[in-house]
Amino acid sequence: MFHFSNIVRSKGDPKIVEGGPSLKQPPDQLARALGWLGIGLGITEFLAPRRVTEALGMEGRETLVRAFGLREILAGVMSLSVDRNAGLWARVGGDGLDAAALLSGLTSDNPKKGNIALALLMVGGIAMLDYRAAQDTKPRRPPPNARRKLYPNRSGFPKGVQAAKGRAKEMIQHKTAGVTS
Amino acid sequence: MKALVWHGKEDIRCDTVTDPEIQDPRDAIIKVTSCAICGSDLHLFHNFIPGMMPGDIMGHETMGEVVEVGCGVDSKLKKGDRIVVPFTIICGECDQCKRGNFSVCETTNRKKHLADKVFGHSTAGLFGYTHLTGGYPGGQAEYLRVPFADATHIKVPAGIPDEQLLFLSDIFPTGWQAAVQCDIVPTDTVAIWGCGPVGQMAIRSAILLGANQVIAIDCLPERLSMAEAAGATTINFENESVLERLKELTDGKGPEKCIDCVGMESHVSASWPDTLLDRAKQMVMLESDRPHVLREMIYVCRPGGIISVPGVYSGFSDKLPMGAFMNKGLTMRTGQTHVNRWTDDLLRRIEQGEIDPSFVITHTVPLEQGPEMYQMFRDKRDSCVKVVLKP
Repeated sequence: MFHFSNIVRSKGDPKIVEGGPSLKQPPDQLARALGWLGIGLGITEFLAPRRVTEALGMEGRETLVRAFGLREILAGVMSLSVDRNAGLWARVGGDGLDAAALLSGLTSDNPKKGNIALALLMVGGIAMLDYRAAQDTKPRRPPPNARRKLYPNRSGFPKGVQAAKGRAKEMIQHKTAGVTS
Repeated sequence: MKALVWHGKEDIRCDTVTDPEIQDPRDAIIKVTSCAICGSDLHLFHNFIPGMMPGDIMGHETMGEVVEVGCGVDSKLKKGDRIVVPFTIICGECDQCKRGNFSVCETTNRKKHLADKVFGHSTAGLFGYTHLTGGYPGGQAEYLRVPFADATHIKVPAGIPDEQLLFLSDIFPTGWQAAVQCDIVPTDTVAIWGCGPVGQMAIRSAILLGANQVIAIDCLPERLSMAEAAGATTINFENESVLERLKELTDGKGPEKCIDCVGMESHVSASWPDTLLDRAKQMVMLESDRPHVLREMIYVCRPGGIISVPGVYSGFSDKLPMGAFMNKGLTMRTGQTHVNRWTDDLLRRIEQGEIDPSFVITHTVPLEQGPEMYQMFRDKRDSCVKVVLKP
């Protein structure tokens, strides 16, 4: 991968000889894949809602599908950002909404109920992946109530704070005297 | 050599790269003895500032020993000299350098055409800080090529540890310039948003410049304790209202001088809906910066006051209250730091024991641990305030 970046380096600048280990973990890669999947699915739902509703036998629900598409896109974008964990939890919530909407169409008179069952199965599988990725990418920030080291002795003034303030006063007096004289 | 290399968002690796070479007669190569991770490196880590390319070496806070000089460096620098490398690359000869406006040097940005298009005019070349500022390899490495080395250096004496001198490269003069820009007079209250490394330096600078009262604003106890240690009054914005406390501490008048040491990645919280909106817009590239601190400063600053902005902003900020800014007659001063304008004075203050900038270091680790330290610094784990790397 770094061979391309080496080609575009300015002449004489250091080029990569051997790559070190990446900070990216498999859950990060899973989050990225789910983010792009969401964006792809969302665009489809937003641009072609009729095809989706026809496939599911849920004609007349195009506005809902479009709204779900928009939600998928936003959650997908969030999953690709540094706030990926929030994006993934948004996706988990969205999976719930998807399932509820699909269940509402699973009626005995729906000739496409087989497709709905298949879609439910897919949503279930993706929901499991979303949940797993959300769990594995939890922010590593310490909780607000975590014990923290404090630095009450690090003034940065080797002669003390008062001496620093005194020195500042002296400098100001010196400058003022210079101006008035 | 080993170097910390940017491979993409949140992906910095310790790679083996080829050693730098002298490319121009004015170049020098240094063997890096100490380097540090800057808060502004986190903007690159998050890929919030455009213009990074996979393979770019990070780092702009570096010092070391000169091991090779180009034939055009003259007698200003020789092998064996110990130098701190200012993060702004300067030629020392252009009109701006002659005026002391080193961070807008007209010569050193080798990708001037990019900066001209984005900013209207080019600024100085910077080490390890995107291709908008020249795409120069940074100093989180074992060796560093210093372009225009005859001007781009701060010669430092032996006998003072690296830890006391390293921050002359960026955060100390940055905090100092932020305070100087405030034209502090002895009756002033200076409020400083953000108690990270630059904020800590700004606090001490404001004290050394004679401010009557310094107020430090943050939410992390370790940073607030460090600010208190220097004599600042602190406000934890998660526990109390910044606006109310600032009014209370200034008899309802507001601070005369405000310093933004936060920049484009202000804290996001449901308590401030504007931060949520900014974050959402930033995510879909409708806004590049989250300027909550700027908004708050404009609102709270005493009319006729000064707002100083050393915090990094990269592009576009929405919903800035320009009405309040104009009607209150505020002045805003900002810019990358003109490092060499201040370093003679600051080095003298270090030598005389007036200040010891090493107080801010909380973690010192080998260069190889750099990638993990980026994460630790970002996540504020282990009460991390400043990381120094030893190649």
